[in-house]
Amino acid sequence: MSELNYLGYVVAAWLFLVGLYGVVTSRNLIHLCICVAVIQSSSYVLLLSIGYRTGRPAPIFLTIPSNTPAVDPVVQALMLTDIVVEVTVMALLLALAVQVHKRQGTLDPDRLRKLGG
Amino acid sequence: MTRRVRRIFFLLSAVLLIAVFWNGYSKLPPVGALTGTYGDVVNAITVPERHITDAVTAVNFDIRGFDTLGEEFILFTSVMGAVLLMRRQSDEPGGDHEDRARDRVVPNPSDAVRVTALLLVAPTVLFGIYIVAHGQVSPGGGFQGGVILSTAPLLLYLSGTFGQFRRAAPQRLIAISEAIGAAAYILIGGACVALGGSFLQNLLPLGQSASITGGGTVVFIDLGVGLEVSGGIVLILLVYLEELMEEKEG
Repeated sequence: MSELNYLGYVVAAWLFLVGLYGVVTSRNLIHLCICVAVIQSSSYVLLLSIGYRTGRPAPIFLTIPSNTPAVDPVVQALMLTDIVVEVTVMALLLALAVQVHKRQGTLDPDRLRKLGG
Repeated sequence: MTRRVRRIFFLLSAVLLIAVFWNGYSKLPPVGALTGTYGDVVNAITVPERHITDAVTAVNFDIRGFDTLGEEFILFTSVMGAVLLMRRQSDEPGGDHEDRARDRVVPNPSDAVRVTALLLVAPTVLFGIYIVAHGQVSPGGGFQGGVILSTAPLLLYLSGTFGQFRRAAPQRLIAISEAIGAAAYILIGGACVALGGSFLQNLLPLGQSASITGGGTVVFIDLGVGLEVSGGIVLILLVYLEELMEEKEG
């Protein structure tokens, strides 16, 4: 099952490309924000794939001896902060979308007028 | 650029990107077989040397605490940006967006929802504080617990009205507590310098593994981060709901 062993990497690349396609062809700024979130979730899959060690438990040494080999905790720590930060960055992007709609009356990126100074 | 051109441009870039991915991946071993020494070292030292049973928390708040400080401030600035953008601006055109479904009736939440939400508030707060304080023992910590805590005022909103939500979480108080949470991280780091160590060096006694005292400063940083994250998310909820309510009234 050697193909399956690369599945995490393939899914990460797929999510990135699908999200990017959404960003490029988007007709609605809120849809565009969600596409950015899809791109970002590819980084979660990639990080977890890199940190995974076949057959090893999670790096929580509460019920397992402290010298047990576990999966890589460093990438998991990176991902953890990433998820919470993403929520607030998404809120910022959506606030921008709200402002655009107020000022321009549309959410379609193609129908936006020139940025006013 | 027309949509057609844009799509062709994307397809060309995608082919290029796949080539880059392919090039990178082909030099990687399959998933689960990578050998990163750093992670193994962290796993080996987290209990004997740091007295922290959750290696992920050890990485976040002890071993690379300085990086997490940066990440926390991304969160802080984006909350600030969102609040600034959602604030009613003086030159803002108002009233040109009309409600296109005026006769739509928004149903009130049922009694079952309201009672359940109200009953869940206290357990949610307790659970949130537990998760914030026990990051060094089991999965949890300031980020996760903070998000859980921020759902408590939202449950109040679900069980009552926006006015009650606003009274339970006054914007000024939430903003101040968010700022205190953010400042706590730097102050803890600065206190370590004042005591003669380096920034965020863990100078407190490392305490007992698998208990709340394990990991020295970690629990205090977790409390600060928990306050910051919960404050930030409640603040975002507040400004968005306020916008919605104004639209309804106006």
